[in-house]
Amino acid sequence: MRHLFPSRRSGSAAATLALLIATALSGCATTGESASGDPIEPANRPVFEFNQGLDHQVVRPVAEGYEAQVPAPVRSCVRNVFSNLGDIFTSVNQLLQGEPGKAVSDISRFGVNTTVGVLGCFDPASSMGLAKHKRDFGETLALWGVPPGPYVVLPLLGPSTVRDAFGLVPGWFFDPTNYVAGPAALALKGTQTVSARSSNLKASDLIDSAALDPYLFTRDAFLAHRLDQIYDGHPPIADADSARPDVN
Amino acid sequence: MTLSPTHALRERATSPMPEQRGFGFATAAAAAVLIVLLALLAPMALAEELAPDALIKSLTADVTAAIRQDPAIRAGDARRLSELVEAKIVPHFDFNRAVQIAMGPNWRRATPEQQEELTRQFKTLVLRTYSGALAAYRDQAIAFGPPRAHPGDSEVTVRSEINQPASEPLAIEYDMEKTGADWKVYDIRVSGISLVATYRNTFSEEVRNHGIEGLIQGLATKNRQANTAEKQT
Repeated sequence: MRHLFPSRRSGSAAATLALLIATALSGCATTGESASGDPIEPANRPVFEFNQGLDHQVVRPVAEGYEAQVPAPVRSCVRNVFSNLGDIFTSVNQLLQGEPGKAVSDISRFGVNTTVGVLGCFDPASSMGLAKHKRDFGETLALWGVPPGPYVVLPLLGPSTVRDAFGLVPGWFFDPTNYVAGPAALALKGTQTVSARSSNLKASDLIDSAALDPYLFTRDAFLAHRLDQIYDGHPPIADADSARPDVN
Repeated sequence: MTLSPTHALRERATSPMPEQRGFGFATAAAAAVLIVLLALLAPMALAEELAPDALIKSLTADVTAAIRQDPAIRAGDARRLSELVEAKIVPHFDFNRAVQIAMGPNWRRATPEQQEELTRQFKTLVLRTYSGALAAYRDQAIAFGPPRAHPGDSEVTVRSEINQPASEPLAIEYDMEKTGADWKVYDIRVSGISLVATYRNTFSEEVRNHGIEGLIQGLATKNRQANTAEKQT
C-alpha cells in the first residue's frame, strides 16, 4: 500500500475511520487490478456516456443559455455566493489537514464576504489578502494516508476515486444548501449546477477538441489534476505514472 | 520575438540601489554608476535573457500583449490566433520530444515515415488545444515563481500562475530542455494536467487496438473534424 504522506494524526476516531476505509480500499484495489489502472472501466464507461448524454442534452444547453442571457455581474455574484458557502468546509479541512493558520484565514474570508460582501455576492476578502482556497475531504483522507482506490465515474457527479467518493459524504453535511427543503432546494441545486457548468464551458470545449477518446482523456486529466491538488502543486515528477490510482 | 535587454537590466541594476531622495550629488553619482553598470552588464544581460525563465516571461509578455491589442483575436478569430501561435510559440516548442513522451515505448516501433507523420499530427492537435486555452485569456495578471534553473542544468520547469478573481490561481508550468544553445518547451501543465503526457494512455490503447497506422488515422480524423468545425463557426 502506497502512502502519499506519513499520517500526521493518530488516535482520533476520524483516523480510525480513515484506517478502516484504507484497509477496505487496498483490499479491493489488489483484487481488481488491471493493466491500465482502471479495473472497473467496463462499469465506468456506461456511466461516463450517461453523464455526457445528460450534459449534452440538458445541462450544457441550459448553461449556455444562462451565459447568454444573464449579465456577467449577476453570474459572478451567483458563482461567488456558492463559492463562499464552500469556504466553510474548506476551513474545516484546513484544520483537519494540520493547517490552523489557513483554517482561520478561510473562515475569516467567509465572515468578511458574508457580511461586507453581501452574502458572498462580492469578494472583498481577496483584496484584504485573504486568498481563496479550495480543500475537500478527499484530500484530507489522502493526507491521512488513505489510498485513492480505483477510478470511479459517479452518476451525475462525474470523475472521482473510491476515496474521494467517500470524501463527498462529510462535505454534503457541511453544505448549507442541503438544509433547504422543498422546491427551493431544487431551485438552489439547479442554479448551483448551471452556474458551475457555465464557468467551465470553455474548458469542456477544449477537452472535446483535444481528446481522441474522451473517457480516457477525462480520466487521465482528472487523476493528474487530483494528484496536483493533493500535493499542493508539487506532485513527484519521477512518479508521473502514479497519477493512475493503485498501480504498483 | 523581441528581446529587451535594457528592460531586464533596469530591473537588475536599480533594485539593489537604496532609494534616492532629492536631486543632489548622490543622485548624480548614482546615475553615473548606473550608466557604467549598464555598459558593463549589457552583454551579460543578453545572455541571461535566454535563460529558460526569462524566455518564458518574455514570450508570455509578448503573446498576452498581442492578444490584448488584437480585436480580431479577442472576438474569437481562430486563424489570427493560430498565426500568432505559429509565429511566437512554435519556434520555442520541441514537438519531436513531445510526441515521443506521448508515444512511450511505441515510438521505437514506428517507421521513420510514421514518426514524421505522428509528429505532424500531434503538433496540430497540441497547438489547437493550446490556442484554445490562449483564446480564453482576458487580461488576468500572470505571476512567475522563483526560477529553478541552475547553471549547467539541461532540464528545467518554469512555473507561472494566472490570477483569477475569487478563485485559486491557475498554475501553468513549462517543462523545458536545452537543445544546443536554445531552451525549448516540450510539455505544458495546466493545474497539473499535461498537454502531452495526458495522451500516453490514449496512444498506447490506440496502438494496442489498431496499431500505429490506426493511431495516425485517428489523429488525422480528429484534426480534420476540428478543422471543419472551426471553419463553420
